[in-house]
Amino acid sequence: MTVVRLENLTKRFGRVVAVDHCNLTIRDGEFMVLLGPSGCGKTTTLRLIVGLETPDEGRVYFDDEDVTYLPPKDRNVSMVFQSYAVWPHMKVYDNIAFPLKIKKRSQDEIKRRVKWASKLLRIENLLDRYPDQLSGGQRQRVAVARAIVIEPRVLLLDEPLSNLDALLRVLMRAELKKLQRELGVTTIYVTHDQVEAMTLADRVAVMNEGKFMQVGRPREVYEKPENLFVAGFIGSPRMNFFDAVFSRGVLNAESFKLSLLPWQTSLLEGYEGRTVKVGIRPECIYPPNLAPRAAKLECIDGTIDFVEPLGSDTILHVRVGDITLVVKVPGAYEAKIGSSLRIYLDVEKLHVFDPASEKAVF
Amino acid sequence: MSQARFLLRKLLVYAAAIMICAWILIPIVLIFMSAFADPHDYYDIKKVIPTNFTIENVKDLLITLGEWRAVLNSLVVALLTIAISFPIGLPAGYALAKYFFPGRDFFRLLIIGLRMFPVMVIGIPLATLYIRIGLSDTPVGVAIAHASLALPFVILITSSVFASIPRDYEEAGLIFGLSGFGVFSRITLPLALPGLAAAAIFVFVLSWNEVFVATILTLMNRTLPADVLVSVLEAPDPYKFAAAFIMILPAMAFVFIARRYLVTMWGIRLR
Repeated sequence: MTVVRLENLTKRFGRVVAVDHCNLTIRDGEFMVLLGPSGCGKTTTLRLIVGLETPDEGRVYFDDEDVTYLPPKDRNVSMVFQSYAVWPHMKVYDNIAFPLKIKKRSQDEIKRRVKWASKLLRIENLLDRYPDQLSGGQRQRVAVARAIVIEPRVLLLDEPLSNLDALLRVLMRAELKKLQRELGVTTIYVTHDQVEAMTLADRVAVMNEGKFMQVGRPREVYEKPENLFVAGFIGSPRMNFFDAVFSRGVLNAESFKLSLLPWQTSLLEGYEGRTVKVGIRPECIYPPNLAPRAAKLECIDGTIDFVEPLGSDTILHVRVGDITLVVKVPGAYEAKIGSSLRIYLDVEKLHVFDPASEKAVF
Repeated sequence: MSQARFLLRKLLVYAAAIMICAWILIPIVLIFMSAFADPHDYYDIKKVIPTNFTIENVKDLLITLGEWRAVLNSLVVALLTIAISFPIGLPAGYALAKYFFPGRDFFRLLIIGLRMFPVMVIGIPLATLYIRIGLSDTPVGVAIAHASLALPFVILITSSVFASIPRDYEEAGLIFGLSGFGVFSRITLPLALPGLAAAAIFVFVLSWNEVFVATILTLMNRTLPADVLVSVLEAPDPYKFAAAFIMILPAMAFVFIARRYLVTMWGIRLR
């Protein structure tokens, strides 16, 4: 079991900086998810850790061993590819046994380990088949079995669920999580799907433009985004953002005012008279009669512009002056387009960002 | 209205397909028929389609006329051509498919450019050179010349075969314990094998059918097409057809075996 440490890791492709001076420590046995939009450098980071790429600057450590320039075969890592990369010219058994055969384990051990891995992933009855004869979900199980059969120091997964259909994805997600718990292997998982990240991760590292924007537990990243990017990237529907001028404990937006709590006012001390970016999640805005009693609420009058019923939830687009606020209400909520609606904002749940640095004030 | 037009369209497509098939098949059928026709039937003016068949023509040609030596020469030359062109062309094809290096596109163009020179241009100088170094009239000499003709095809075909193998398969090999060469021999090569086999058969047929260079570079040890050109030209018709039949066999075999790989080779999958 292994601690993975990235130190000042940098990789450039021509003029593009794919990974930009990244520092990260992944704890022993931790499930770390690298989350970010496509092209943010998460896959490149993964490839640097397995050794398929070598960095231009910085180092990769497994425990205290510097593996930066070690070829992948000597790192004792495993990877599950997005395309599964199950070799089509070998039967399932040979695919799974391959890493053991290369490492020259005894016939006995190979048989035992393949049996163990295939049982764990419930593919014992497929061992005699060729990969063409398997479904996408089965092929993925083979890929995972092959990855865990050698007890790798680090297990890496590159968007392993993105080629599965929705139902199977949810199933496999739960299974992966359980598997990782059982094996206790340090795991790094790359995805652009925030639901996967939230459900799987012990910690999430949110990436953008080659940098880690925030690293933390899923709840932390969701509830206390450290900057505008993370606030906007995590959460669906997206967080509402609007500009407001701060003055004497009050945020003055175009067409409404929000008076803040004392702790918020004191954190905003240096921003007197300046414009700040304000954010609030759709689920922290309530229609009348649904607002929680205890919260400190600010009410605003608006008009319903648009209604999106999603079944379990309904999304309202409420226009207040020039600003449209997205509100998430229960699916049974009756709303008519064009009617006016008084909405209640939970002041405690407001996020305020510095407009220049885009860092969160709170 | 539109249904009538649809039917008409279908009819035209079928007519075109039948014509193309006939254009290719009729000569082949004619060759087969005449090669095995009893000479009496063949020369009988009243018979369009012979009814009595015999293998005497082919047998006479191969054994009595000694054409088996030419067939053997052709076989040796074709196999040698593969043996020479593949070790040179395969690495080049692999490099073109798997690595990016400055001037790659220019290099690819250059390879195609090689085919611009007509065979005649290299034929005569090669003959004088061969006489000087003692390669004249040997299968090895012809094979070297054929390999130079085949090389551009070998490089281009193998590079497209290698390019069609997903990088993930090879990277998985690297991660699960193989070295660079191990990945090539245990992952890439087995996956490329069907395509490479098709390329090899293609080269075989290319050499088998080549007349010009073979005629110039040999005198006694003629390959089949060169020998047919010279000796069978004066023989009676049934022998000519028998020779044509022997010549056509490998090409037919190639099409039947390699058909599927040739189609997938150019990136389209037809099953």
